[in-house]
Amino acid sequence: MALDALAFQMINGLASASGLFFVAAGLSIIFGVTRIVNMAHGAFYMLGLYLAVTLADRLPGPLGYWGGLLLAALAVGLLGAAVEVLLLRRIYHVPELYQLVATFALALILNDAALWLWGPEDLLGPRAPGLKGSVELIGRRLPEYDVFLAFAGPAVLLALHLLMKRTRFGRTVRAATQDREMVAALGINEALLFTAVFALGAFLAGLGGALQTAREPANLNLDLAVLGDAFVVVVIGGMGSIPGAYLAAVLVALVKALCIALGTVEIAGLAFNMSKLTLVAEFLVMALVLVLRPQGLFGRPQAAAARAAASEAPLRPMGGTGRALALAALAVALAVPALATVWAYAPVLALDMLIAVTFAASLHLLMGPGGMASFGHAAYFGLGAYGTALAATGLGLPTLPAFAVGILAAGAGALLFGWFCVRLEGVYLAMLTLAFAQIVWSVVFQWEEVTGGSNGLIGIWPDWPFDSRAGLYLAALAVTVAGLYLIRRLIFAPFGHALRAGRDARMRAEASGIDVARIRWLAFTASGMLAGAAGGLYAFAKGSISPETLAVGRSIDALVMVLLGGLASPAGPVLGAGAFTLLQDTVMRETDYWRALLGALILALVLLFPGGIAGGLSRLFAGGRADG
Amino acid sequence: MTAPPVLSVGNLAKAYGGVHALDGVSFDVHAGELLALIGPNGAGKSTCFNVVNGQIRPDAGTVRLEGRDITGLPPRAIARLGVGRTFQIAAVFGSLTVLANVETALLASRGASFGLWRPQDGQARGEALDLLAQTGLAALADRPATGLAYGDVKRLELAIAIAGSPRLLLMDEPTAGMGTHERLALIGLVRRLAAARSLAVLFTEHSMDVVFGHATRVIVLARGRVIADGSVEEIRADPQVRAVYLGRSAATGERGS
Ligand SMILES: Nc1ncnc2c1ncn2[C@@H]1O[C@H](COP(=O)(O)OP(=O)(O)O)[C@@H](O)[C@H]1O
Ligand SMILES: [Mg+2]
Repeated sequence: MALDALAFQMINGLASASGLFFVAAGLSIIFGVTRIVNMAHGAFYMLGLYLAVTLADRLPGPLGYWGGLLLAALAVGLLGAAVEVLLLRRIYHVPELYQLVATFALALILNDAALWLWGPEDLLGPRAPGLKGSVELIGRRLPEYDVFLAFAGPAVLLALHLLMKRTRFGRTVRAATQDREMVAALGINEALLFTAVFALGAFLAGLGGALQTAREPANLNLDLAVLGDAFVVVVIGGMGSIPGAYLAAVLVALVKALCIALGTVEIAGLAFNMSKLTLVAEFLVMALVLVLRPQGLFGRPQAAAARAAASEAPLRPMGGTGRALALAALAVALAVPALATVWAYAPVLALDMLIAVTFAASLHLLMGPGGMASFGHAAYFGLGAYGTALAATGLGLPTLPAFAVGILAAGAGALLFGWFCVRLEGVYLAMLTLAFAQIVWSVVFQWEEVTGGSNGLIGIWPDWPFDSRAGLYLAALAVTVAGLYLIRRLIFAPFGHALRAGRDARMRAEASGIDVARIRWLAFTASGMLAGAAGGLYAFAKGSISPETLAVGRSIDALVMVLLGGLASPAGPVLGAGAFTLLQDTVMRETDYWRALLGALILALVLLFPGGIAGGLSRLFAGGRADG
Repeated sequence: MTAPPVLSVGNLAKAYGGVHALDGVSFDVHAGELLALIGPNGAGKSTCFNVVNGQIRPDAGTVRLEGRDITGLPPRAIARLGVGRTFQIAAVFGSLTVLANVETALLASRGASFGLWRPQDGQARGEALDLLAQTGLAALADRPATGLAYGDVKRLELAIAIAGSPRLLLMDEPTAGMGTHERLALIGLVRRLAAARSLAVLFTEHSMDVVFGHATRVIVLARGRVIADGSVEEIRADPQVRAVYLGRSAATGERGS
């Protein structure tokens, strides 16, 4: 490795670190005061970039360009204030999970707003006036703009430091971050503080985006990419710490720079292209930090999770009605192949539903009884799909062994990632699952020789007797029923009770001799394997898969299915997955703006029907009984 | 007494920044004993409990259970070795029934929490009902634990804590937030259970009627140090204790009685 190459990559890395720092700092400040992890923060960054590109094109001269950047960031800050007043104020009191999905819904809506305003094409902004040239450094040419950005990060860090230390606003923010009750006691206008903090956080994200105008084109994938990176940075630096965010951003950027500078190296006779390992490297840094200092480099130890009191009713064995309903559903499901003669689409739709039910049920095991909200469950779905597909096409295994390989691949992934995840709680856990899923996605995306990269894998067909539509459907039905039965056994067994005990009162469970981390680890792995089974079915059902199979959108679909069905009921995922698939295959297929539609659906769920379908039904029942 | 003490802590120290929460604390607890750990707020009582049950690792000192060094073991391991505890803010498993709460604790103490197939219902039912009868909760067995009256939650937590047949029971402010009548009833229950099972009980308490009426021995903690250790009568008469702890108003001792 040449030293000059490293130096070059480091300056480049510091430039990227600045952008990442702005987003992470905003995320951190907002979390510190409001305790909300804003999943829409990447969208703010993306909007900042789009707005800046647009303004730079319209406003004349250098003043127009730089003024436009600032205007774009300010506009995003204003948008943040509006979001706080209109949305967040309604969700401060709801459980963490609902806050996460609500802000994610906002991200979906903002993404479609950008699609509507700017179209699907990438937009490249003009170069920055005054900084178009490059400087020489150890025989290499560095863009002046990168050098400028590398200094912009520390400058904003300093400005934030002064803001926090020297102003009344800053002192209030710090007080609120340390002790929220104190704010009320001091007679500070809490509503105004929260709005201001959210606006500041959004402004920072918008600024981070706007400053990228001269470096990268605006595109619609940026929001999630940046969010994943910002999560990694915040986890490493410590939630709520601004210097931590900067240090972590630099650390991540430098590790990446090192990987790129190393290029292709030989390890034990094998050539590794290190530059493709950048995301894995990021993950390794995060994993190391989480093992050594779970609260992050500069974070405070997490207070024992103050759980929103579990209002869930105890699980009862299925009564006569429940059993009759389950049998009726099974009978209908068995009759579907016969329907094909009158309604050709029925088996296709029903197969989609079965896959969705298995997937949603696996996530429900994790989120419901396990109390662990995963924002990256698609990773295990995808590992199952790719494992199955590679075993079937690459290794040429028959259908059943290939399916087993898929499940094992997903299980191995869940075993590995779960070990880290189960040690965290709440939003930290959610962020980590999302970060892991992003990593799996990018590995699949980049590892072209094996996974086919963005083209994916094709020609994944099952052999006899699964090669007919009815055959595959009935096999999927068997897998789904077996999966649901397995989950039921698990949650009624001592394991399921210990799992719920650890969720309801972790310290209490530990003090009774329950190894909560291991119980949760096993649940995580079982859940991952079931998701993998769903993924394997998906691969055979579609015949081809692509990185889209394990993109974050699929994780969110699963979350919506679970919430739509009702988190507190074991029947929830079945109802939710059924309803969601129907909605997806009919309404959403008809519009380009399905993300916004999905976002609106999620917001409606969180704000109006937090109990989901199962909750609504049982309320209906209880009401009827009370009347009668 | 010839048997080794059930619990023996020696020279425990734990500091938070500059605050010495525990500063060289040593004492023993014997089987059948109800030892009250008292002291003003911030004296280090909860910290002491958390060190004994493994939630906090001490900076220095040892914790021995029946002669065995258990310092630094995680809470679940210490629980399995025979230490039960209740928390200052009572904690039970809200989404389980009262019966399932106790069954879950029973199975955990046997290391059976990883049973994946056979339903839990029925695996420890008899013993769980027995424990509920002993704690006066038999009638509530099928109720969800959420929504119990606070006194019932406290008794349920007690049932959970003794489910593993511990040798030592730790109770952090077992009667906090209860009325006089309930308070004395609960401590009476603890006393009967401790006698029947020859348990060693270590508890912290703010109500002097409970301490002076029921403890067999009292230890007074102040700023992380033991300032007195003796019988109820000795502690009542100790001038240093009166100065540090009861000093503000001798009437505190008579409060509620
Ligand atoms: N996690 C902690 N971080 C910092 N200080 C703590 C922590 N836990 C306890 N302390 C301090 O240690 C001292 C003893 O606390 P504690 O054991 O809770 O007292 P008690 O239970 O007797 O009221 C107090 O000064 C308290 O502020
Ligand atoms: Mg205390």
